[in-house]
Amino acid sequence: MILFVAKRVGLGLMTMLAISALIFLLLEVNGEAVAVKVLGPYTTPEQRQIWLEANGYLEPLYIRYFDWLTRLLGGDLGQSIRFKVPVADIVWDRLANTALLGAVTFAIMVPLALVCGVLAGMREGSLLDRTISIGAIVTTSVPEFASAVLLSAIFVFWLGWLPGASPMVEGVDPRQLVLPVMVLVLYGAGYIARMTRVAMAEVMQTPYIRTAILKGLPYRLVILRHALRNALLAPFTVIMLQINWLLSGVIVVEFFFAYKGFGALLLEASLNQDIYLIQACAMVAVVVAVATQTIADVGYTYLNPRIRFD
Amino acid sequence: MRDTTIDPDRRRSPLAAAAGELGRGFALIGESPVGVVGLALVLFWVAVAVLAPVIAPYPPNAQYLPFAPPGSAHPDGGLFWLGADHLGRDVLSRIIWGARTVLIFAPLATGAAFVVGVGLGLVAGYQRGWIDDLLSRIGDLILSFPVLVLYVVVITTFGASAINIVIAVTFASAPGIMRIVRGLTLDLRNRDYVAAAQTRGESAWFIMVREILPNARGPMIVDACLRLGYVIITIGVLGFLGLGLPPPDPDWGGMINETRGMALYAPHMSVFPCLAISSLVLGFNLLADGVREVAMRE
Repeated sequence: MILFVAKRVGLGLMTMLAISALIFLLLEVNGEAVAVKVLGPYTTPEQRQIWLEANGYLEPLYIRYFDWLTRLLGGDLGQSIRFKVPVADIVWDRLANTALLGAVTFAIMVPLALVCGVLAGMREGSLLDRTISIGAIVTTSVPEFASAVLLSAIFVFWLGWLPGASPMVEGVDPRQLVLPVMVLVLYGAGYIARMTRVAMAEVMQTPYIRTAILKGLPYRLVILRHALRNALLAPFTVIMLQINWLLSGVIVVEFFFAYKGFGALLLEASLNQDIYLIQACAMVAVVVAVATQTIADVGYTYLNPRIRFD
Repeated sequence: MRDTTIDPDRRRSPLAAAAGELGRGFALIGESPVGVVGLALVLFWVAVAVLAPVIAPYPPNAQYLPFAPPGSAHPDGGLFWLGADHLGRDVLSRIIWGARTVLIFAPLATGAAFVVGVGLGLVAGYQRGWIDDLLSRIGDLILSFPVLVLYVVVITTFGASAINIVIAVTFASAPGIMRIVRGLTLDLRNRDYVAAAQTRGESAWFIMVREILPNARGPMIVDACLRLGYVIITIGVLGFLGLGLPPPDPDWGGMINETRGMALYAPHMSVFPCLAISSLVLGFNLLADGVREVAMRE
């Protein structure tokens, strides 16, 4: 087991390293272009040359990459061109805001999706199953930006119940969280529900469930004691992988609702070509994504009784 | 030896075979109500896209009355059925022409991703060995990256243009397709007809393209429908974030981006394009569900 975990973590670290090299190549291979972005387009070639020399850009590429990597690991993410402050100062605040949004979304989405999936998969082909399945297809078919527009039209424009933007300038306002969370839940829940439904339906056809029903165990207990344990194994991986999806989802939602989060920051940095900020955001995204995938893999193996390391 | 095979599809011209296949496909889909609804939605938008010059009431970029509400009178006679946007352009006409944009670029990008993904998946699954390891590792690497982060960074670095969007979508989708095709190939390569072809001395390419690929088509069609829907969302998201096709030609995501700031005063400008894109994606997703249902019943 320890060997497996070590292998998996090692693979995760390798993935992060490989992607960091890709990000570096994508954004920094041309030192001259970096100088233009940092110093602005109205600088003379001499000024850029001085800057390139002072910042080590005249070294060979692999030395620059290792320098960059050591600085990154030491927490020195560089200076934001647009905000004129160290990148690290902005990134953590924004990440905390996104973590709040993500946590609330997961706290609602996961139980909702699991309950719907289990109810649908319990009696395959029933009216309830059809309703939930079709509902799941419909909600996953509406892109996040579309549901954001449609929900704001309903709740902000027609009903006037909720605020249309969520900048959270005066501390945390739960009312401002409702719409962003609703959009993320609507889009993400369908997928988890469908996966849970398939897993549940599969379990319900196994001999041991039939045995449990035939020996006269109350239906409720069959579901709770026998079916759920095995049916919830598959959705576990899906839920962990949803964190990866959430990193994409928050870009759209934060942009639409002017929420000061990590996704909006990444987009802003990219649009402004704020190069060190892009690097930091992309690296944070990769670390989060790869870490959750590693946890998903290890967790699945740990939870699955069919895999044992002795 | 090869001429003695009794597979009728082989002797007919490829075009006739394809037509027969398509006809059979339509007949099968008819058995799934969900699939029929999906197919109807998709065909509706395809018809709208093809007939755009005929059915669009006004030119898509012509400016008339800014912020005209839905159903108000048009200065040239007729009505703004769905209203006009902030520049006075008819929303209905722009949605109709926008169907063209999305139904050209989404299949193009998905098709490119399939060509790359199917090719690599066949090679990885059939040849195995180091090439399989290498391709799978690279695929996993790309798949572990949050997609939209990838799109945003790549497109802001290289600039938003149609070709860059297609390349970015291909790059991000091909590994997923490769993984599916590789799995199918691993299963199919042990079948008797592959062994027979190997004994006949067929080349690896012939076996991959003529023996394995046709038998892997079922799951691939389902994946293609789902992926088309997903690519439509992606192109929409890029347009919505302002990273899509350059204005002024109508593109649903771009229409929403331009008018979302005014959604609190005139929601019709962004609500209708949202409904359009959602219904098209829904069409592809229902179609995928229908195909899967029919395939499972067989």
